[in-house]
Amino acid sequence: MTWYVLRRLAVSLLVLLGISAVVFLMLHLVSDSPGRVVLGQRASPEAVADFNREHGFDRPVVAQYVGYLGRLLHGDLGRSYKLNEDVGTLLARNAGRSAMVSLAGLVLALLIAVPLGILQAVRRNSVVDRVATAASYVLYATPSFLLGLLLIAVFSQTIPIFPAEASQSHSPWVVFTDPRAMALPVITLAVTSIAVFAQYQRSAALDQLGQDYIRVARAKGLPERLILTRHLLRNACLPLVMLVGTLVPTLLAGNLIVESLFNYPGLGLLFLNSLQREDYPVLLAYTLIGGVLTVAGNFVADVVVAAADRRIELSA
Amino acid sequence: MTAPEVTSPPSPEAETWAEREPGSIRSVLHGMRRHPLGVAGGLLLLLIAAFCFLGPLFHPTNQTDVDLLNAALPPGPGHPLGTDGNGFDVLGRLMSGGQVSLRIGLLAALFATTIGTVYGAVAGLAGGVVDGFMMRLVDVMLSIPFLFFVLILSARFHADALSLSLVIGGFSWLVSARLVRGEVLTLRVREFVLAARLMGASRRRTILTHLIPNALGVIIVNITFQVADAVLVVAALGFLGFGLTYPTADWGSQLASGVTYISADYWWLIYPVGGCIVLTVLALNLLADALRDAVGRRADR
Repeated sequence: MTWYVLRRLAVSLLVLLGISAVVFLMLHLVSDSPGRVVLGQRASPEAVADFNREHGFDRPVVAQYVGYLGRLLHGDLGRSYKLNEDVGTLLARNAGRSAMVSLAGLVLALLIAVPLGILQAVRRNSVVDRVATAASYVLYATPSFLLGLLLIAVFSQTIPIFPAEASQSHSPWVVFTDPRAMALPVITLAVTSIAVFAQYQRSAALDQLGQDYIRVARAKGLPERLILTRHLLRNACLPLVMLVGTLVPTLLAGNLIVESLFNYPGLGLLFLNSLQREDYPVLLAYTLIGGVLTVAGNFVADVVVAAADRRIELSA
Repeated sequence: MTAPEVTSPPSPEAETWAEREPGSIRSVLHGMRRHPLGVAGGLLLLLIAAFCFLGPLFHPTNQTDVDLLNAALPPGPGHPLGTDGNGFDVLGRLMSGGQVSLRIGLLAALFATTIGTVYGAVAGLAGGVVDGFMMRLVDVMLSIPFLFFVLILSARFHADALSLSLVIGGFSWLVSARLVRGEVLTLRVREFVLAARLMGASRRRTILTHLIPNALGVIIVNITFQVADAVLVVAALGFLGFGLTYPTADWGSQLASGVTYISADYWWLIYPVGGCIVLTVLALNLLADALRDAVGRRADR
């Protein structure tokens, strides 16, 4: 097991190195010269050249990349072009809020999707199953911003019980301290995931229900309730763990859209605002962090699944 | 608690078509017959396309000049779905927006699938170190949050439908590359390919007459899913304000302009365009699901 984890860790680190190179090069290719962005459109070409020389932006791109990587390893994510602040502090200030709202959405989605998926599998082709499947087809085709808009229209306009704008408080615990203001963003995030999760859980549970150990458990007269909770739940949840681990990019995208729709000042909104002011160090840093989270999600998913199912380790 | 049914054995009819060349076009079309929902999705898609591309012939509207005297009118004579905040006829805007959304979706999917097919086929056929390197690169690219990259690029190059589809297609070929590579790897050791090689068929002939036609099913399924995803991405970009340049408006940016009036309860600026997005993606997904079943292979997305 240790050997497997170590090998997966080494591969993850290599992938991370590759991500940093690709993202850095790509942003270097598309962005204006830093001097032009910082000094503005009216600055003279000489001033721009001077600025670039002074800050080392005139060096070859590989040298700049190596320098960036070196500073990255010391925890320095660079300095914002427009906000006169370190990118690290800027991101850290918003990270907690984004993480909390995304986690709340994810947990809510899992709490609903796991039982729903198993119920659908156990009562396959029943009315419940068909309705849930049809609903998830429709939900899957509904972009999160549209869903959020519909929720606003219903729960904030027609029946005004929730505000249309998320809380503007700077505390990361706002999900708990002001649940009313955070209800719509969290529900939007959760409902978009439920469609995917429940269908996945359904097919995973269906796979398991056909296995021999379930038949043995039934044959020896174990109550159906125990079969479900003791045998099925654990094995049928593994694919979902794997799915959630690989869905990090989707979760980040959902976070970005929901923060924009509900004007919730977190990382997603910071990214969009930085995009508008061409603040490339912030864009670079957040894209890299997204890559790190994605790789971490994949790693955790692999390790958890391998820990629960020893066959994977042997075949890998 | 009802006992789960035992999965029924595949019908003899399914056996016969699935046995010979499972991915070929003929077997796919044959398999489609058993998927009424997929057929419904296909028909719905045709209907939407007809609405967007032929609709303007029956309901011609001015989608370039702002008309503030007639802004935000509720549905009424002359404007079956009212007008938006700039005085554009909503029904006409749905059609023109749909044209752009569908065109970008299709173009992006074609770009992505072409790149992915060539890349995956080369990797699968080359094998060894080349294959290893090419697929690690795909791993790396897949770990970069897709929407972030597309947003950065489209904020920089947002101009027309072509550049937007290039940006989206340029970052969504990764999954197709994996699929096609897997397909090539399994196909090239199949008996009929080995037999062809044994009979002295050239490498080119093997690829053109055996590998590509048989991988085509998987590729077509993939294109259909890609179009659905691309339509959603275009809508998201438009909604976030990084889509096409004004006055061209895709469905996403139309929805975004409707948000301004949500507290005024101008429902006709939100529900029709929202319905268009959902129906289009739903139709594409139903069609793709049925096609995937008909291809008889679990082409994972």
